[in-house]
Amino acid sequence: MTKILDTGNTACALAVKAAGPDFIAAYPITPQTTISEKLADYAAKGEIRGKYLAVESEHSVMAAVAAAATGARTFTATSSQGLLYMHEILHYAAGGRLPVVMANVNRAVAAPWCLYVDHQDAVAQRDTGWLQFHCASHQEIYDTIFLAYKVAEKLEIPTIVNYDGFLLSHSMLPFETVEQDLIDRFLPPRQPVWRLHPQWGGTFGNVSGADEYAAYRHKLAADILTALPLIEAEIKEYAALTGRPQPGLIQASGPADAEVFILSMGSMAAETELAAAELSRQGISASALKLRVYRPFPAAALAELLPAGCRLLALDRNLAYGHNGGALLMEAKAALYGSGKNIAVSGAAVGIGGQDLPVSALLETIHGLLEVAR
Amino acid sequence: MSNPISTRLADWPDYELIKPGTGACAGCSSPMGLRVVGKALGPNAIMVMTPSCAVACSGILPRACYDVSVLNVCFASAGPSAAAVSLALDAQIEKGILPGPKPTVFNWAGDGGTYDIGFQGISAAAERNDDFIHFCYNNEAYSNTGMQRSGATPRYAATTTTPAGKPENKKNLPLLMLAHRPAYVAAASIAYPQDFYRKIARAKDIKGFRYIELHAPCGPGWRFPAHETAAMGRLAVKTGAWALWEAEYGRLTINSPTLQLAEGKRQPDPLETYLQAQGRFAGLLRQPDKAAAIAELEADIRRELAGLLARGKEQ
Repeated sequence: MTKILDTGNTACALAVKAAGPDFIAAYPITPQTTISEKLADYAAKGEIRGKYLAVESEHSVMAAVAAAATGARTFTATSSQGLLYMHEILHYAAGGRLPVVMANVNRAVAAPWCLYVDHQDAVAQRDTGWLQFHCASHQEIYDTIFLAYKVAEKLEIPTIVNYDGFLLSHSMLPFETVEQDLIDRFLPPRQPVWRLHPQWGGTFGNVSGADEYAAYRHKLAADILTALPLIEAEIKEYAALTGRPQPGLIQASGPADAEVFILSMGSMAAETELAAAELSRQGISASALKLRVYRPFPAAALAELLPAGCRLLALDRNLAYGHNGGALLMEAKAALYGSGKNIAVSGAAVGIGGQDLPVSALLETIHGLLEVAR
Repeated sequence: MSNPISTRLADWPDYELIKPGTGACAGCSSPMGLRVVGKALGPNAIMVMTPSCAVACSGILPRACYDVSVLNVCFASAGPSAAAVSLALDAQIEKGILPGPKPTVFNWAGDGGTYDIGFQGISAAAERNDDFIHFCYNNEAYSNTGMQRSGATPRYAATTTTPAGKPENKKNLPLLMLAHRPAYVAAASIAYPQDFYRKIARAKDIKGFRYIELHAPCGPGWRFPAHETAAMGRLAVKTGAWALWEAEYGRLTINSPTLQLAEGKRQPDPLETYLQAQGRFAGLLRQPDKAAAIAELEADIRRELAGLLARGKEQ
């Protein structure tokens, strides 16, 4: 292990290099740009033996997922409008079972234009059939890239690794890299069941009738649900291999029998943890829950760790338009409906467009939610 | 040409890219053209397709009529998808993951996927000199969705979105591609399969971005009988409405019989013979001032041919 002090985008690029991609396509967009620049640099120096394609748009970036059909380990990175511009092909990649890994450095979407973090870009891709991780630290960014490849390639389902623009992408924080031989042991070369190549033959992505189409898409939906136990198992293997503890699907901090649980994802998990501790000092027993996997949503894990009769507050860095709150609030309500645990769920959209989220602001929101509940 | 390529049909390989059972309309240019592509490129090839008639007629999953590796991608994606497949093969052959020799990667896209929705990505691939062949089979409209106008639809042609005839001229995409100065550009016709075969075989031996456009008359769309596809293509070339030429690294050569028309050694056939043979120009031909309109189109053709000739002499 080597300890490094650098940006989140560097943590991402170093992990991608260690993962040994065969093919990278990229198009610059703030705040992702420095990932593509670093990868171009590694490729130019021969530190990455794969090919780097500097395409002319994000739509073409994702069209380049065709590389994955040949069996290539494929990477790209984007943010915000770039992710939205790819949307059509995100569906295609998942339907095509092309296990691309993509870093999405979360950023608000236009209009109006805003360069700072929220998770609107990622939650807008909820139903594309991609797995989605959210990272809360530089270390998690680095580690999650390997997890993402491992799970994506085992299930043949593409995967997004999300992390917050600027707060993580551009800030300098310490993280540990892992020796290449350990990475190679954890993440062996991709073994595709089929390749777009004359030796394998076949027409890929053909027109299908309703029955074949439905069977195919239902299989994708079912396979995505199998990702949760697989991710948990791979997290354990990675932790054992590196000797470093790893957060699970949902990381809880605070008392297990707390009165109030506060759910969030991304870098605001750190402030949420402090806010929960402060709330406990104020006499309201509270714990913070950090969501590491947004798709599939770990509904059973959430229902299991919450004690009966507690309150759950979902703090969303996104807006679920037409609904009161954000995406996590909807997920949490759905997860707990019928759990029989009598858990009251409420929530608020906070930190939109990168609005600062100091502990004091979170506490104000939390107190407001608890007040309404009374 | 340093590498003489036989254009005798008897010398062409037996390999058939299309298996019996294509769902194409009778007389469709796409399978006719793909058959020649298969013979010229051989089976060590990967075909990338964007939505077009050629995909719609390929058969319903799990059946498919193409005896080659095929990837059907999204509409605007021909350029980056083929580029990515080609580079991913390079990477994996270099690493020893995949065996060589590298398959020829080619796109088979319509004029919709080339002139219009896919142009940005194809232009970018040409600029990067990505290593694949882009074939555009140009049937001058969105035939797959039932004959709507495209950037390749000629002036006065009726389509379902230009019912009174298209008021605008078409783009000249082969010349636009030539302006990218890629390794190879050619304009071919379904009516001249030997010329098409020679151009593909030539392109196969060149590394980098190669563009071959095939003029591909569409019976149901243009409204002519199914057995007249080749005749329609020949009329287009003989009237000068479609020009045969090729260019290597920007050096342009006009091919016969377009060359004779351009050099004035032979007069183009009257354009009206071509227009009258199709239903899509019926509106124009009913106009009282049709003679003036046709004279204008013929003047356009003469100017285009003169332009090609001048462009060929520049180098």
